Amino acid sequence: MVPLSYYLVLSGILFACGVTGFLIKRNIITIFMSIELMLNGVNLSFVAFAAHWHTLSGQVFVFFVMVVAAAEAAVGLAIIISVYRTRETLNVDQVNLLKL
Amino acid sequence: MISVHLVLFLVFGAIAVAGAVNLLVQRHPINSALSLIAVMAALAGEYLLLGAEFVAAVQVIVYAGAIMVLFVFTIMLLNAGEEERTQGSRVAFMFGIPGMLLGSLLVAWVVLKHSGTEAVNAGVWDSASIPARSVPGSPETIGPLLFHEFLLPFEITSILILVAIMGAVVLASRPTAPGGPPQKVKD
Repeated sequence: MVPLSYYLVLSGILFACGVTGFLIKRNIITIFMSIELMLNGVNLSFVAFAAHWHTLSGQVFVFFVMVVAAAEAAVGLAIIISVYRTRETLNVDQVNLLKL
Repeated sequence: MISVHLVLFLVFGAIAVAGAVNLLVQRHPINSALSLIAVMAALAGEYLLLGAEFVAAVQVIVYAGAIMVLFVFTIMLLNAGEEERTQGSRVAFMFGIPGMLLGSLLVAWVVLKHSGTEAVNAGVWDSASIPARSVPGSPETIGPLLFHEFLLPFEITSILILVAIMGAVVLASRPTAPGGPPQKVKD
């Protein structure tokens, strides 16, 4: 059987990959996918803790995280489409209207 | 002793980490999207190992199905090409990456060292919250929890989804001139 800490380390690795992608990627869609990766890492730790403490609340919380991720994906991709329509680019370095 | 659970955990974990790293190194967004789907499928396998069957099914249907289809559609719609690499700063390469590796190794060592080694699924489930003759993690057990204990959050998420739908429609629709007919689409 697998100890809880292994799951937590895997979850941490996935979260760290998400943070790294968020920081180093320049394509706005890939940045968005990195956020999804972070959410997935957190979901894994939710389920692992639910199994460890023998309660189902953690699994129910995963559903709420998924709902928030779905809502975020819908709104975020709509924002990306609207940004692309006005700026004609997906590179975040060129979306600098608010920069001094 | 190496058990089947540990082997499966390592296989699915290796797939997940490989997919996550592949997401980082690929330059075309569609390749990143496909590796993210691989990560989600591997995580569904991990959920099955943890005894969360319903969550695993929803992970595949909602995450790998619905959300990633939305991503792939957007990539296709915007005709996203390869991203151009920017030159990273040398300080980041000299100090950032070794520091990050050192920090993550330290955290992993502390977590592995100072937590118990008992298996995650050992012990018995609280029988009061689970109906008789049903498996923990099946829809039979999650449904009552979702619609009784978590009823208010459930209703609030429905409002959130409604707001998100309206926001997506408003944001993604073509801008119209105030008070006038919709603008002509120029090709």
